[in-house]
Formats: sequence, structure tokens, C-alpha cells
Amino acid sequence: MIGAIAIGLAGGVIAGLLGVGGGVLFVPGLVIFLGLNQHQAEATSLLAIIPVAIVGSYMQDRYGNVRRGDALLLGLLSLAGAAGGVALANALSGRVLRDAFAILLLVVAAQFVRRALGSGGGQAPAAAGVDSPRQKNR
Amino acid sequence: MLAETSTRRSLRLAAIGTLAGLFSGLFGVGGGSVIVPLLVLWLGYEEHPATATSLAAIIFIAGFAALTQGLYGNVHVLDAVLIGVPAVGGVLIGTRLQQRLPARTVSLMFAAVLVLSAVELIVR
Repeated sequence: MIGAIAIGLAGGVIAGLLGVGGGVLFVPGLVIFLGLNQHQAEATSLLAIIPVAIVGSYMQDRYGNVRRGDALLLGLLSLAGAAGGVALANALSGRVLRDAFAILLLVVAAQFVRRALGSGGGQAPAAAGVDSPRQKNR
Repeated sequence: MLAETSTRRSLRLAAIGTLAGLFSGLFGVGGGSVIVPLLVLWLGYEEHPATATSLAAIIFIAGFAALTQGLYGNVHVLDAVLIGVPAVGGVLIGTRLQQRLPARTVSLMFAAVLVLSAVELIVR
């Protein structure tokens, strides 16, 4: 129980820092500390993510970082994909789900390391980036 | 030409949204691990607006995916509360902290968290 609370807190911090829902920590946390199976953990993680995303995006909006139009478009256009993903998850075995997820994470991580280290390629990140008006005409 | 780039941009947003929804439903995450990198690498977002916009989109994605999972009877509400309530405290800390960090630091932290989660999943 203490472990679940700790993983919740840590997941929330990561959600705020990195703009994710926190599910990458919630899912393993629910399996390890609360004894759920992979399918139950994934479903329960989704519910826990909702308040995190609401509070986090409200805070970020106050800092002026949320592009509301894009967020709305992304959210609405994701609904069909989400329904398909849930159906697929319930058709697959837990082991297959976990391994596929792990591979996805590694691929994405590699891209971020390349971007952060190769300061030459692409546009340089803003030094403080609290809000970035030069993005607006893109 | 402006209209063309705007169409292309909308198509990319649509692709990112669909992909994020798929991953959210499939893996029980918000979809941010797909949205943030694609907004940065594909639409030229900087890290802070990318993470902020991602969180706002996740409200819709996770809400809908949770509802769908609920229909399958997989959601454990009390366990979600146990994780979700401390997580709200965490996100208040995280968003505040993020405003003081440079974009490159956010990128590297993002990568580190992804690698750790992947290793944890494979080893388990």
C-alpha cells in the first residue's frame, strides 16, 4: 500500500515533468504492489491518469504552454485508435503486451537521446522554454 | 502554400492522435510517450509546449480508453484512487519543477525514464 502511494506520487511527478500520463509507472506499480494482472493494471492505470492529466494540463495552461487547438484535435482524433487499442489489448496475452511495450519505449528513448546529444541537427531547444512565442506561425 | 502546410500539419496531428489512442488503449498509458516525441520530432514543437499539449490531449484519450476498459470489467476503481490521488500531488510538483528546467534536460530525462521502464518490463 505504501509502495502504491509512492509509485503514484512518482508517476505524478514524471507526468508533470514529461507530459505523459504516468502510466509507464502506474502499470508496473499496480502489478507489483497491488497484485493486479497485466490487463487489470492497464485498465486501472487509465482511470488513475485522468485526474493527473486534468490537473497537469490546467497548471501548464496557466504557464501558457498548452496549444489548445492542437490538444483538442489530438484528443478527438485519438478516440477511434483508443477503442481499437483496448480491443486489441484484451485479445492479446499479457506477456506479449509487456514485451511489445518495452520495445516501444526503447525505440522512443533512442530518438530522444539522439536529439538531446546531437545539438547540431534540427532546431536548438529553447534555453528556458517557459513559453515560446516563436512557435506560433508554424 | 500556407494552406498546404496547414493541411499537412492537420494530417500529422491526426496520425499522432490515432497512434497515441492505439497505444493508450493497448498499454494502459496516456499516450504521452508517443505524443511528446512526435510533436517534437515531427511538428517542430519545443519540449515544454509539447509536454503541456500532450497532457491536455491525454484527458480525452485516457478518459475514453478507461471507459472502454470499464466495459470489459477490468478497471479496479479503489486501486486507481490509491495511485491517482498521490499522483495528483506529484503532477503539481512535476509541472512546477519543469518550468525551471531547460528543454534538453527534459529530453534526456524523458529518454532515461523510457529506458528504465523498458528494462523493468523485460526483466520482470
